[in-house]
Amino acid sequence: MNRSSMWEAVSGIVKRDLLLAMRRRSDAAMSVFFLVIVASLFPLGVGPEPAVLRTIGPGVLWVAALLACLLSLSRVFTADYVDGALEQMVLVPQPLAVLVAGKVVAHWLISGLPVVLLSPLLGLQFGLSGDALGVLVLSLLLGTPTLSMIGAIGAALVLGVRGSGLLVALLVLPLYVPVLIFGAGAVTSSMAGIGAEANLSLLGACLVLSLFLAPWATAAALRIALE
Amino acid sequence: MQWGSASEFFAMGGYGLYVWTSFIATALCMGWEVLALWRRRAAARAEQRAGLLGDTDETTA
Amino acid sequence: MSVNWSKYSAPQAFYPLAGRLIPWFAVVAVALMGVGLYMGFFVAPTDFQQGESYRIIFVHVPAAWMSMFLYVVMAVWAGIGLGLNARLSFMMAQAIAPTGAMFTFLALLTGAMWGKPTWGAWWVWDARLTSELILLFQYAGVMLLRTSIDDLRRADRSSAVFALVGVVNVPIIYYSVQWWNTLHQGASVSMSTGSKMAATMLMAMLIMTIAFWLYSIAVILARVRCIVVERDSLPVWDERSAVSQEVVEVR
Repeated sequence: MNRSSMWEAVSGIVKRDLLLAMRRRSDAAMSVFFLVIVASLFPLGVGPEPAVLRTIGPGVLWVAALLACLLSLSRVFTADYVDGALEQMVLVPQPLAVLVAGKVVAHWLISGLPVVLLSPLLGLQFGLSGDALGVLVLSLLLGTPTLSMIGAIGAALVLGVRGSGLLVALLVLPLYVPVLIFGAGAVTSSMAGIGAEANLSLLGACLVLSLFLAPWATAAALRIALE
Repeated sequence: MQWGSASEFFAMGGYGLYVWTSFIATALCMGWEVLALWRRRAAARAEQRAGLLGDTDETTA
Repeated sequence: MSVNWSKYSAPQAFYPLAGRLIPWFAVVAVALMGVGLYMGFFVAPTDFQQGESYRIIFVHVPAAWMSMFLYVVMAVWAGIGLGLNARLSFMMAQAIAPTGAMFTFLALLTGAMWGKPTWGAWWVWDARLTSELILLFQYAGVMLLRTSIDDLRRADRSSAVFALVGVVNVPIIYYSVQWWNTLHQGASVSMSTGSKMAATMLMAMLIMTIAFWLYSIAVILARVRCIVVERDSLPVWDERSAVSQEVVEVR
């Protein structure tokens, strides 16, 4: 197996998934729209006090990003599972874990990146300052790929299982806790003047760890689901 | 022996509610688990016996 | 099939062995619980800081230790099951989950009972309590995933993968919450108030822990036996596995 054919296979998967997403743009738009609505509900529920909003802002935005990622997880494998493309992915010579990484990259580009790009706008709703907004974007940029990586494991485990929508949330949300703590912590600590570097580097460590472990676990789960 | 009387023992220096709730909850959970397993075993055995009886005329078909 | 690595790896051979072992573990567990409770309530002195409320640790600490330990054991059995394709390992993992979840629940409940008089709050977002809570969610996830999948083989393997993923998660959560607490400079709390623990207190705690451990073994073995019987009477069993038929033929 040479490196170029592996690269071709991965980029082929990413391109194909992006093309499919472009055809059904409303799907991708929905999770972004969900994020905006959830983030807008909190000030209405908590009240318009700026100091309170600034305190809860990072946490609320991170939880909203988490939920938006969760909602889009069913799209990672379901279509391929239904039309049989997934069974072919298991059979091709390229390692399944690498192909899975391609699927996750596509998922992040479709549903993670819009969240990152939109977050400064939502941060403004919560009265975050310029610095905090920058850290928010940076933390989401480091954290949302991890969310997609971990989420793919859950999506593969519940593939074709009844009640999978709720089940995947129960499986994946506990695994999201460290990312949430470091992500929201980065913004909070930069607002407190401590500096966000430590939290951001821990987020990076989570990303590296999930890059190594998650595709492998996802591939194992997919093989089990397809047996 | 550090308890002057039975009532002193049950009062637990004013913390009786917390201490006894913890111990009783633990005992109840363990007792319930053992009881549930007992019932599960009885049910499983009954089912197995029924299955074995059913096997003689079903598996030959 | 690489199943013959041990005489007892086949469920049917394991079944009578477990049946013989259970009474021993149960009897010793009950005896040790008696000794531990006696030491905890009558020998161990009153704590000069916390008064009598500290006696909760004689159930709280063993329950918390068992909850973590059983999760790791469950993950090990799950890993062995995936690696060696041994069905008995999956049954062990399946049997451990409910007991582990029960101990996690008890650790949380008794932790609240201990926290109210000591910290003045039922719940504190301390690293230990938070990771216990997440552990409970993961036990629930393992069991729910299993019950949602009808195909036994897939249920075994999928929940095993999730159990293994979770074993990476718990330590990360523990350290992340600890980190997060230092950041927020919240209530600096520690379960072990002072390193000055009387020898009899420690002794009672250790005896209770061993008693809980033996109790877990007895209960888990009993549950494995139930699972063996239940799966045996399922029609899927015969179609799925050549192994069980081999065993039946040998008998």
